[in-house]
Amino acid sequence: MKILTCPINGPRPITEFAYGGELREMPDPARATDAEWTDYVFNRNSVPSTKCEWWCHTSSGVWFIAVRDTASDVTLRTFLYARSAGGAP
Amino acid sequence: MFTRHERLKSAYDVVIIGAGGHGLAAAYYLARDHGMTDVAVLDQSYIGGGNTGRNTTIIRSNYLTPDGVKFYDESVRLWRDLSQDFDLNLFYSTRGHFTLAHTDSAMRTMRWRAEVNKHFGVQSEAVDAKTVAEAIPMMDLSCGGHGPPVLGALYHAPGAIARHDAVAWGYGRGADRRGVEIHQETQLLGVELEDHGSGPAVVGVRTNRGRIATRKLLCAVAGSTPGVLAMVGLRSPIHIHPLQAMVSEPLKPWLDPIIVSGSLHIYVSQSARGELVMGASLDPYELHSTRSTLDFAESLSAHLLELFPFLSDVRIVRQWAGMADMTPDFAPIMGKTPVQGFYLDSGWGTWGFKATPVCGKTMSYTVANDQDHPLIRGFAFDRFAHYALTGEKGAASVGH
Ligand SMILES: Cc1cc2nc3c(=O)[nH]c(=O)nc-3n(C[C@H](O)[C@H](O)[C@H](O)COP(=O)(O)OP(=O)(O)OC[C@H]3O[C@@H](n4cnc5c(N)ncnc54)[C@H](O)[C@@H]3O)c2cc1C
Repeated sequence: MKILTCPINGPRPITEFAYGGELREMPDPARATDAEWTDYVFNRNSVPSTKCEWWCHTSSGVWFIAVRDTASDVTLRTFLYARSAGGAP
Repeated sequence: MFTRHERLKSAYDVVIIGAGGHGLAAAYYLARDHGMTDVAVLDQSYIGGGNTGRNTTIIRSNYLTPDGVKFYDESVRLWRDLSQDFDLNLFYSTRGHFTLAHTDSAMRTMRWRAEVNKHFGVQSEAVDAKTVAEAIPMMDLSCGGHGPPVLGALYHAPGAIARHDAVAWGYGRGADRRGVEIHQETQLLGVELEDHGSGPAVVGVRTNRGRIATRKLLCAVAGSTPGVLAMVGLRSPIHIHPLQAMVSEPLKPWLDPIIVSGSLHIYVSQSARGELVMGASLDPYELHSTRSTLDFAESLSAHLLELFPFLSDVRIVRQWAGMADMTPDFAPIMGKTPVQGFYLDSGWGTWGFKATPVCGKTMSYTVANDQDHPLIRGFAFDRFAHYALTGEKGAASVGH
């Protein structure tokens, strides 16, 4: 069984978590061009790499960030999202 | 079975990346139907070692959108005489295909699919629980009382299975005999582009065995598509999740049709060897790997036993995974791209084996004429920019 570490609840089986996709900056809808907005809505960076991702511990409803290598499936760190730090972790 | 070429030539009219079913089928029809034989098919690994050799071989055309139904129906038509075409036994076996409905809303989707299918001349029928019970007497329609019972199904008589490896070999051998070069253990490392004012155009590729000049490059690499798109500077909605499958020990023949249950997230058929070939829905998060998991085998087995409790003593002998190139609308991304000479056959996710023949036909046409084949217009690369999606999720999310 694969284990992921929730920053609040500690190590838990992966089945207790939901994947929320890569952390991405939303362009300002009022200023973005159609092409920028379309790119944000549909396109993804799907080349194997180490990414910051949203995950949710579903049993407790905690959303957090995991830094994970999408080729090896090794999670390097998990932490709570800090909006005050300018968004980017 | 195939000619071994010691050296790559310095130039080809067409280079195809990916010696899976799709790449080899395109090469076969380029040579047979379009007279183009100065073609190299490159694979970083071996023929048919990608999703072609990992899939559960369900062939059907009971899709939801008119674009999808017409396209897959043409594929089923091509499948039927492929063994003759190749002079090779593909073990193509028409079994009939039941997509079980456990809720009223699922029944509604089945009626919808049946109507769209019939409109395009595809045999599909919404049937009641009694018909399902008669066709598959071993099934526990109550699902052991653990979940919603089987209320009915979409029955699709043309549903079939085939021998996946033989499909790659048949197309590969046919292409090879007509002069196409197949180079295994040859990896695409980069694509050379030039821009003379009318946008980027392909002029060559770099591989681990040297450079090749070409003006036409077809990318048919399934789960590796995002990496190749990055080489030509394109972004797409394709995202990669593993899809797993497993087989049981061989049993005496008891299951003729193919069974899919969206509610239980499973599907099963029995191969000519007697093995139960089983699968489920996609793994829940992005991963570029073909690892498989115990979670998968456990949950699939538990759900399968709800339908067929008598299988509780049967052993599982193998499990594996492939990397599925998923799209937001569960339809492929095919045809010309914003890069001149770069043609894409991708977004085949969990459903592309059945499309192998028609993809070969339509992509060879597209490459030879530098013009999208009419059957693939609903699958264009730029449909997302126009918010004109081809929504197949209702027909493709569990039943691949
Ligand atoms: C478990 C599973 C079950 C499935 N079940 C079904 C089913 O029942 N019915 C159905 O219709 N579909 C099914 N599918 C989907 C189907 O298998 C695929 O859509 C289809 O086989 C894709 O074929 P392909 O030739 O495009 O790709 P592949 O067979 O994956 O071939 C791509 C090739 O490209 C090569 N390659 C990648 N990158 C490079 C590079 N840089 N340089 C050179 N070569 C490269 C790879 O080595 C590989 O051989 C299933 C898939 C899986 C994983």
